[in-house]
Amino acid sequence: MSQNPEDALAAAAEPRPAATGSPFLQVRELRVHFPTDDGVVKSVDDLSFSVDRGRTLGIVGESGSGKSVTSLSIMGLHKAGTARITGEILLDGQNLVGMNPDRVRKLRGKRMAMIFQDPLSAMHPFYTVGTQIVEAYRIHNPVSKKVARKHAIDLLDRVGIPNPTSRVDDYPHQFSGGMRQRAMIAMALSCDPELLIADEPTTALDVTVQAQILDLIRDLQQEFNSAVVIITHDLGVVAELADDIMVMYAGRAVEYSSAADIFNTPQHPYTWGLLSSMPRLDRERTERLQPIKGTPPSLINVPEGCPFNPRCAYAGTNGNLSFTVRPEFRDVGGGHHIACHLGAEDRMRIWDTEIRPKL
Amino acid sequence: MSTQTDGPAAERRLGEDLLVVDGLQKHFPIRRGLLQRQVGAVQAVDGLTFSVRRGETLSLVGESGCGKTTTGRLLTRLIEPTGGRIQLDGRDISHLSTSDMRPLRRDVQMIFQDPYSSLNPRHTVGTIVGAPFRLQKVQTENGVKKAVQDLLELVGLNPEHYNRYPHEFSGGQRQRIGIARTLALRPKLIVADEPVSALDVSIQAQVVNLLEDLQNEFDLTYVMIAHDLSVVRHVSDRVAVMYLGKIMEIADRTSLYERPMHPYTVALLSAVPIPDTSRRERRERIRLQGDVPSPINPPSGCRFHTRCWKAQEVCKTTEPALVELAPGHQAACHFPENAA
Repeated sequence: MSQNPEDALAAAAEPRPAATGSPFLQVRELRVHFPTDDGVVKSVDDLSFSVDRGRTLGIVGESGSGKSVTSLSIMGLHKAGTARITGEILLDGQNLVGMNPDRVRKLRGKRMAMIFQDPLSAMHPFYTVGTQIVEAYRIHNPVSKKVARKHAIDLLDRVGIPNPTSRVDDYPHQFSGGMRQRAMIAMALSCDPELLIADEPTTALDVTVQAQILDLIRDLQQEFNSAVVIITHDLGVVAELADDIMVMYAGRAVEYSSAADIFNTPQHPYTWGLLSSMPRLDRERTERLQPIKGTPPSLINVPEGCPFNPRCAYAGTNGNLSFTVRPEFRDVGGGHHIACHLGAEDRMRIWDTEIRPKL
Repeated sequence: MSTQTDGPAAERRLGEDLLVVDGLQKHFPIRRGLLQRQVGAVQAVDGLTFSVRRGETLSLVGESGCGKTTTGRLLTRLIEPTGGRIQLDGRDISHLSTSDMRPLRRDVQMIFQDPYSSLNPRHTVGTIVGAPFRLQKVQTENGVKKAVQDLLELVGLNPEHYNRYPHEFSGGQRQRIGIARTLALRPKLIVADEPVSALDVSIQAQVVNLLEDLQNEFDLTYVMIAHDLSVVRHVSDRVAVMYLGKIMEIADRTSLYERPMHPYTVALLSAVPIPDTSRRERRERIRLQGDVPSPINPPSGCRFHTRCWKAQEVCKTTEPALVELAPGHQAACHFPENAA
């Protein structure tokens, strides 16, 4: 990371004020590769997207699709030397790729913050919840311990912890799963971050608690007008929260559009597969689920052509194209992006006649 | 259920009761002090009564801490109940000793949630799937290897992978290995504890379909423990909703999902996120406040009264009995919804 030539570029670009109207977070041609003994693992390969203030982007994909690696690279949490990161991550105009780790540390927690999946392992078991929130707050704000503690209590109250004045001195193990997740959200919010990344924030929680946490994230976003990236494998969760959705497969974006488009007129066969493989409470019960055949590919040997071709029912539609040429991620109208070789007519026909009736 | 198109599963199979559970109870003692005196008990399971018919799928759902996993471990007799009875195929197995239980282990098998920790990493797939034959000293017609390869094929794995180790497989494939091991001795009852919750969506559907195919082929009886209500609706014939060690509502699938009677069930169903953006605004959601109370000191009366929006005085003092409010539909509530 340190020998990246863009280090100098980033430093030069730093004093530049944020251009008004440009997205708060902009990721351009991001590549995160991990060299291993078996070969290079291309966890993220040529990924571009952006999120505005006050908007929520949902990133959906299976395990190994590169969604968590993307969020960790935005936060600058990859260990230097293990990951090869190229491309641009612009946070309010500043490129984070190749930036000095000390400078990233100053941004992390203050301008961008993250909510992790498992609060029990993300919080330190040895310190009280209050101490951990106070620490995060005092790193970025020169205030006394007393003021910071007051702030921590306010935050715990804000995220709905009952009796915050006494619970602030509890240890993480004394909290239930839902309360720990709230405490972690409180910690992430301690400095009013402008970018909030939530990586599977509700996966470990029960549905009733999940509903509470999703409501909380939505309310807080409206209050602070922050940009939110929510990473999940659960299409139900993104349908509740996201304005825009990006579907990832094998380290690439395969579909990107507004949330309504993704659910009403999805155009990529992988998204179709995801929608048909999940049982849904809002529809008549189907006799049988329609799974996607096969398993996700190894990121060391990503298939030639379209990475999805071994699992795609329509891979042969355009001759050999899917097996030889990597489909370009392009706008197919109205900001709806897909990476697929199927023609517009074929996509419409397949969705209308084969996929939608079976959902 | 692929081969059947005529109506729900409950109608086409009319088996007799395979498993009868009566007043099942498990209290874990809490001991303190030098003499390890018992100072209290975690009332993990507190009086369950239900039965499962042959060939049927009963699902246990509820939030974490409701006792569904403890129930699964009681049914497989991995732990001994502190009260009540479990009858399997007419035989009382509630207090059988380890050695008396051993021959019955053939009939009751378990599928575990985590396909990573439930397979021994130092054993090959052949050893893992063949273990039940060796432990039960079962003679197979063409040797254990052939039997194992047949099982691997049955669950959709390549029989030639007999000599591989678990780490060479993906999560979904590992879960199939676990299922193959479970099926080795052709059990009558399979208790599946969150069998698909650790898997990706597209793989989840494959495993759900596999479980259904196997049920049809071998007339298996499942007790599923799950928290994903959409998956539960898909796989179950009947569903029991648990809260703090008790059954709040038990009914056949259609009845439970279309006309839930217990407020807790209503709340659970309304909390499920729906993958449809157009419903985001219109949805009426019941928000339950707070967390599940501690099972060490469960609330008096109806255990749900602390979070229930319909709770009245009577709910705090009198515990409602689980009664049949509609044919095949039991609920334990003083003020049920959708009641005739």
